[in-house]
Amino acid sequence: MSDIIQKVKNLSIGFRSKKGEEILILRNISTNIKKGETVGIVGESGSGKSTLALAMMGYVKQGLYTIDGECLFESSNLLKKNNRELEKIRGRKIAMIPQNAGQSLTPNLKIGYQIDEALRLHTNLKNIDRDKRISELLKKVRLPSPETIALRYPHELSGGQQQRVAVAMALAGNPELLLLDEPTTGLDVTTQAHVLELLNFIAKDTGTSMVYVSHDLGAIAQVSDRIIVMYSGEIVLEGPSRSILKKPIHPYTYGLLKSIPKLSLAGLPDSMPGSQPQPGSILKGCSFFSRCNIGEDKCKNNSPELEYISDLKTSVRCFNYKSLKNKDDISSSISRNEAIINEKEILNLTNVSISYAKQKLIDQIFNKTVDTNPTVKDINININKGETIALVGESGSGKSTILKSIAGLLKTKDGKIRFEKDRDLSSNLKQRKPNDLRAIQLIFQNPDESLNPNHNVEEILSQPLKLYFGLSGKELNKNIIELLEKVRLGEFYMSRYPRQLSGGEKQRVAVARAFAAKPDIILCDEVTSALDVSVQAAVLNLLQKLKDDFGTTYIFVSHDLAVVRAISDRVAVLYQGRLCEIGPSKNVYQFPSHPYTEVLLGAVLEPDPDIKPKLVAEDIVEEKPPEQGCSFQGRCSRILGEKCKKETPPWQITKSGNAIKCHINVNDLEKLQS
Amino acid sequence: MDIDKISEEEQKNSLSKVLEVLKTMASKPSGFIGLFILVFHVVLASVSPFLAPYDYKAIDPTLMLQAPSSEYWFGTDSLGRDVFTRTIMGGRTALTITFFGSLIALLWGGLLGIFCGLVGGKIDDVVMRIVDAFLSIPWILAMLLIVSLLGTSTEVLIPALGFFYGKGIVRVARAATHDVIAKDFIVSARARGHSNMSIIWNEIIPNVRDAILVEGAMRWSWMLLGFSSLSFLGFGVSPPTPDWGLMISNARGLMSFAYWAVIAPVVGLSSLIIGINLTADAFAKALGIDRSTKAPV
Amino acid sequence: MLFLIIKRILLGFITLFIVSLITFVGTEVLPGDACTTYLEREAYGAALEACYKRLGLDIPAYERYLSWAYNVIQGDFGYSLSGQMPINEVLGPRIKNSMVLASAAIIIGIPLALILGIITALWRDKLPDLAISTITIFAMTIPEFISATLLILIVAIWLQWLPGIVIVPTDVTFFELLPNIILPVIAIAMIMTAHMARMVRSSVIQVMASDYIQMAILKGVPYWKMVFKHVLPNALLPAINVVALTIAWLLGGVVVTEVVFNYPGLGRLVIESISNRDLPTVQALAIILASIYVSINLIADLLTLALNPRLKSLQIRK
Repeated sequence: MSDIIQKVKNLSIGFRSKKGEEILILRNISTNIKKGETVGIVGESGSGKSTLALAMMGYVKQGLYTIDGECLFESSNLLKKNNRELEKIRGRKIAMIPQNAGQSLTPNLKIGYQIDEALRLHTNLKNIDRDKRISELLKKVRLPSPETIALRYPHELSGGQQQRVAVAMALAGNPELLLLDEPTTGLDVTTQAHVLELLNFIAKDTGTSMVYVSHDLGAIAQVSDRIIVMYSGEIVLEGPSRSILKKPIHPYTYGLLKSIPKLSLAGLPDSMPGSQPQPGSILKGCSFFSRCNIGEDKCKNNSPELEYISDLKTSVRCFNYKSLKNKDDISSSISRNEAIINEKEILNLTNVSISYAKQKLIDQIFNKTVDTNPTVKDINININKGETIALVGESGSGKSTILKSIAGLLKTKDGKIRFEKDRDLSSNLKQRKPNDLRAIQLIFQNPDESLNPNHNVEEILSQPLKLYFGLSGKELNKNIIELLEKVRLGEFYMSRYPRQLSGGEKQRVAVARAFAAKPDIILCDEVTSALDVSVQAAVLNLLQKLKDDFGTTYIFVSHDLAVVRAISDRVAVLYQGRLCEIGPSKNVYQFPSHPYTEVLLGAVLEPDPDIKPKLVAEDIVEEKPPEQGCSFQGRCSRILGEKCKKETPPWQITKSGNAIKCHINVNDLEKLQS
Repeated sequence: MDIDKISEEEQKNSLSKVLEVLKTMASKPSGFIGLFILVFHVVLASVSPFLAPYDYKAIDPTLMLQAPSSEYWFGTDSLGRDVFTRTIMGGRTALTITFFGSLIALLWGGLLGIFCGLVGGKIDDVVMRIVDAFLSIPWILAMLLIVSLLGTSTEVLIPALGFFYGKGIVRVARAATHDVIAKDFIVSARARGHSNMSIIWNEIIPNVRDAILVEGAMRWSWMLLGFSSLSFLGFGVSPPTPDWGLMISNARGLMSFAYWAVIAPVVGLSSLIIGINLTADAFAKALGIDRSTKAPV
Repeated sequence: MLFLIIKRILLGFITLFIVSLITFVGTEVLPGDACTTYLEREAYGAALEACYKRLGLDIPAYERYLSWAYNVIQGDFGYSLSGQMPINEVLGPRIKNSMVLASAAIIIGIPLALILGIITALWRDKLPDLAISTITIFAMTIPEFISATLLILIVAIWLQWLPGIVIVPTDVTFFELLPNIILPVIAIAMIMTAHMARMVRSSVIQVMASDYIQMAILKGVPYWKMVFKHVLPNALLPAINVVALTIAWLLGGVVVTEVVFNYPGLGRLVIESISNRDLPTVQALAIILASIYVSINLIADLLTLALNPRLKSLQIRK
């Protein structure tokens, strides 16, 4: 028993609704955290995972209160302690690494001060020793030049650096238990992989116990020894990492793992119906019942207890887990119809450059171009009718910028965008013909922002129908119902407002709105990033179905390489607004040739303990593309020298048929990478 | 038939939304008190001519400065007029003028603000600079000047007050528009190729409406305060029309021995301003807008 | 940094320029010119011509504006019609008296507002908050002339503690003035404090809900240390500008308060010169009051610039 560091016993936390009902966020949670182990807590938004992590520090958010149970640390209940006592534990014995370090560092205080504060509170070091310790800590989290970083303000650092500072601050008090609340969410793929690697190193180095909370099974798989799966405020599955990921015997975990797109797997992920119930809406029976495909009558009215399965060392909350015990197909996917590419070009980008820099008045008069280093430069892509082409890259790669200028929202600086060979789209919106506007439609990342909160679904869908086809009355009504059917929403959704819909439903409405215009091309801007994984798969499947039915061309922008792998026919990899590599998806994913593609794909986290990310290059954040030479020169590990810094690399065709923009000879590159 | 049904439903929706907001407002004690006081004053102002026991302008030197009695509930003033009559009628002018003044402020401030937020850039800069310049002349100086040169008629007071109190609404409407136009649903409407008018009408106005209305309600209470100050200084309504500000100003010199002539209009005016203020506060909270961070400009 | 400061100051001057145009055009457009307005029924013959000569109204408007503006820049506001002396001489002691009043109110008001705002925010929805918030709503909504009148009625007439009406010549010394200004200062400070306290309250509440405060708590920072190090600097910074706007706006209330207490300051001069239809003095007052407004906002801007690390680092990078 002595190796247990934190014991959560029958914990229930909830709030009181406006009507006075008690609504539970956490329902009767019990678990133990052992010394030196890393426990991953995974769940979708609203599953109560963050509330649980905060409770382990004796912190309950405003508005919530403890209903029952305890969090025992050193055999005393943290939830019963007063603030004075908690101040001595928080930061010293238990430390937190928050989700968004950028917002969790106090903006008016220098980095050095904030770490020093933790040292002063929780150690007995003297002034000089503390200064030394700050440098040590910053070095430990691998921040360059610790002395200068300590003198900076939080906003002067990049997201990855801020996260590292938060780690250093948490380590300052030499805690016995580290709680991490989505510590890598919002970071770029490569940065995320580096931070995770750092956390693994720290866990080994210091022997600290960690509780890692995340929605991302990929990240959880890389760090945890043990995984707790939460659903609707309950633990539904708990056990060793490997058995959870390889043998998910709870139908939710099983479905979740199947709904995650995987890099190693072509084709669309399996989707799970429905979405997580709102807190308080499940009163009896199993909380997963409405989405479960192995459910029985007894699940409807009886809630299953957590049951320990000794051969898997796993606890599961399901009556029917045995039916999943022998299933062995989590690594399968729905094969996707190959696009019928009829080689008919629909959109062509020739030497497109886009600049955000504003032209000065004088330069405008003399028609001079000042910006020699535009955000996006020399983009040449031709897109065939009916294909799905994906633009991938990290933040700042210019992928959304290109999308905006195809939509006409941004004017191109140079180059031509042609639609169906003869229609010029380089002009801005005002000059485009109505029919060209109709032909290209956009779907946005966040349906909360892309749907007007003051319009109901009917009004939202009637806008394009009225605008492009002049429909009204019964005809309009009929069309709206048809559209809703297409995205599998019932007629009764017409009178609903966006706030009354779930995230997945909102995105379906946004999809329906785009299809209302009967477009030829749909531009998808990170359309699944704001959704929960189980919902994401359903939206991806819907998009594929609609495409099969209508032959629409998709231009799909995403930072999530696994999602791109699932849906795209062709991929273009971008770095700092310049193309790096372009080719058919299966080739690019199987034989990444450009050094940047290699880095990017290597950093992807898979929900599989056997696949570790490969960290090739440093995760430096560059703010501007280099003035000349290759765009990737600053981070490339295979850099040749002066040539890469001075000359723009040429296009080369690799053996597998990808086009790459690199100075290194394709044959040499292949040897280097093997 | 179908369409009729839909529009009927829509009407029901907007009406029920108003009712819902009112219900939320009245559910908290401060909102309930505010609404109660406001409704009380509006009702009182509309029926007071029929309730008044005496003629508000009847001067009687023999009845000067009578203390409150069963005959003259609130006493009489220095001209022998009944203070009760004048008090219950004293809010009529102030309420009417400031209500219509607020409407004007709401209209021009809202429209200009939306326009500035929409066009942005140089035009926005210039317009805001001019609005700022108007803002930096103390309102009271400008109002006094206008009133002293053009007179104190309603036709002067309403637009003048409306103009000076609309400046704050410009800022609020502009800021709200700025926030909204960055949202993806506006981008989406632009990308679809909707006309500017249709975007303003369908997408922007419904989303900035609440903020502007709240600001207008707040302006109302401040305008009432400003208007009473004008009256108090002798630049508001002209005698013998009963008005609280003017009554306080007239009775002030004699308050060492006839305090009742001051107390009654003080209570009347204070309660109305507090009533409007609490209502505006509750209105803002019901619509989910925090108004206490804003400066009274 | 320097560039930003110069830019702000320039913008202030542009505002003042527009104000001068507005007042000048305003007095031009409204019916009657300075002389006919001032002389009213006697506006004919020799008296009118003499007046025209004195004010130079016989030359074109734009020339008049230029020479007037030129003189104003040199600190000469012209000639007061009602006072029959240079406006500068009328203004001097009035400005001093009003400054005493306003600065006393600000010196009392700002610290008081800070304390009340912080208390109400930290004890949000508890008894101290409910009590103080109720009082601030009253103090904020009741017009100055009512609170001033009630103060006189209660403190000066019923209790007879302090003089109710200021009966001193315009050019008294500071110490003679002191007992007289207590009530007017209370009247002005009350409404000012109430406004500012509410703003401080909501700003502190906003910061208390931020991620970095939750982080500070989870880091084990003791409560009061967290309030002073993490909460207040971030909460008060954005409040500076709003507070400045409030102070500037409430200067209008000083006019009313001065009238109620018969206090010989700028405010009463406003009423006097408007009642006397002394347009040159009104113009001078508009420029002076606008400059005060502009400078208060400028000070707030510069203070924010100086204290905000974000803006500081902006120029270090450049």
